[in-house]
Amino acid sequence: MGKKKEVDDRFKKFGTVSFAAITKINDFVTSLEEGKVMGTRCTDCGMMLFPPRADCHQCLASNMEWFEVSGTGKLVTYSKLEYAPMGFKEDLPYSIAVLDYGDYKVFGRIASDVPEDQIKLGMEMKTVANELPNKQLNYVFQQIG
Amino acid sequence: MGKVGIIGVGQSTFVRQYPGSIRELVFEGFKEAMQDAQLTTKDIDASVVCSAPEYDKQRSPAGVFAEYLGLNPQPTFYVETLCSSSSTGLKLAYSLVASGLHDVVAVLGFQKMSEISSAESQERMGRGADIQWESPFGTMMPAYYAMYANAHMETYGTTPEDLAMIRVKAGTYGQLNDKAAFRKGITMEMFADPENRMAGPVASPLRTGDCCANADGSSCVIVASEEKAKAFSKKPIWILGLGAASTTVNLAGRDLFTGLTVAQQAAQQAYQMAGITPKEIDVAEVHDCFTIAEMMAYENLGFAEPGQGKELIRAKETYKEGRIPVNVDGGLLSKGHPIGATGGSQIRTIVLQLRGEAGDIQVKDPEIGLVHNIGGVGLYGNVTVLGR
Repeated sequence: MGKKKEVDDRFKKFGTVSFAAITKINDFVTSLEEGKVMGTRCTDCGMMLFPPRADCHQCLASNMEWFEVSGTGKLVTYSKLEYAPMGFKEDLPYSIAVLDYGDYKVFGRIASDVPEDQIKLGMEMKTVANELPNKQLNYVFQQIG
Repeated sequence: MGKVGIIGVGQSTFVRQYPGSIRELVFEGFKEAMQDAQLTTKDIDASVVCSAPEYDKQRSPAGVFAEYLGLNPQPTFYVETLCSSSSTGLKLAYSLVASGLHDVVAVLGFQKMSEISSAESQERMGRGADIQWESPFGTMMPAYYAMYANAHMETYGTTPEDLAMIRVKAGTYGQLNDKAAFRKGITMEMFADPENRMAGPVASPLRTGDCCANADGSSCVIVASEEKAKAFSKKPIWILGLGAASTTVNLAGRDLFTGLTVAQQAAQQAYQMAGITPKEIDVAEVHDCFTIAEMMAYENLGFAEPGQGKELIRAKETYKEGRIPVNVDGGLLSKGHPIGATGGSQIRTIVLQLRGEAGDIQVKDPEIGLVHNIGGVGLYGNVTVLGR
């Protein structure tokens, strides 16, 4: 028996259901485990990229460094789901949303403890790492204060 | 380079569950188009097959259809841009004919969605978005379009009633379309009654009534060179303009949430190629997968200024007798939306309108018509301008 080759499939931990396992930016998941949401910055041209990427489409370089998604972003839009695709029914109801940080935007979920009547477009929110009930990891948007 | 014409159009009746296999389904649209054009299979030089492949057990369906439709040994191609696959197929057919490679090309759109459950279908359609970074959050098409609806309402004061009016219009014409899967009339009262199915929440602010439904169906458009079109057809309809654009899959990469940039860009290209302005469009088919999608189409196509789409529907200007009739065949909302077949069905409606053969839904003497067909969540935009 030959030695089994180790497969770096950390990305399978991302989201309620993950549809990808192997990617060059698997360190994103390790950062989530440490409570940090990270994007990538191209060290050649300085472009900030979220979601993180291994390759820069602006200068075609693959020299990336990680940066933490910090501070607050403005809620651009959201929708609360009352019906879920296969594999997500246990999570209902939940809201998906986009936050605008200026240099980049983040697509994700609004934290389940944010009351719907307090969600307003344009409000400032922050992005935080989150563990789901099924022990998978994602990130959510929380109210400030 | 000569003109490129459409000489035959056909579609199956769109149904919730087609009682046959995909080759039999495709045969229905093909047969109607062939009879419409009065062609034999020997007249077809090539075929382009269009669908979203995730619904099929059959790999590479183009080969299966070429056999079943009697189109061997002519070449056949498969194209996919989700819900706009058959508009992309039309663009490919145009290119094949305009380049002189082929003279007569059949564009075959189809989808048999009933093979899988609704929740499974939502999950697969959701995978037309970014599966690495969005799908793990539990996304689906209605929720993405709902995010656009929310932004449109917040920015422009569009209301849930405005969106319901679009569904009521669709129902008005869906009742008259014997190819439509949903032929019931819809009223504003249905949306106001929380017990009514139309008012049931799906993804805020969209309700069941704001969403088109899955369906099984096929469509066929036969495209020909100017010479062949004039030889075969008394009333060829000419392809005057074609536009297509793409944008980022992940919504995080977009700047506009009150409209679809791909529709704006595709329309610009198609108008420029046709040498016309939006005012010259006499009848239009737009991609109303959701009511908000039709609202944004009014604005992205230039029928209304940004934010003014609601005024068009409030004044019934997009009804058959209005300034710019839109989706007078009931749209996706009434016909149902068999992904790969939809664009061909839209083209069929406009061709029949321009020929003056649209029956109960005939708009008065249209000369120029438009088809707006979107793939994914505003991911692929296709606009086609047709004329007599």
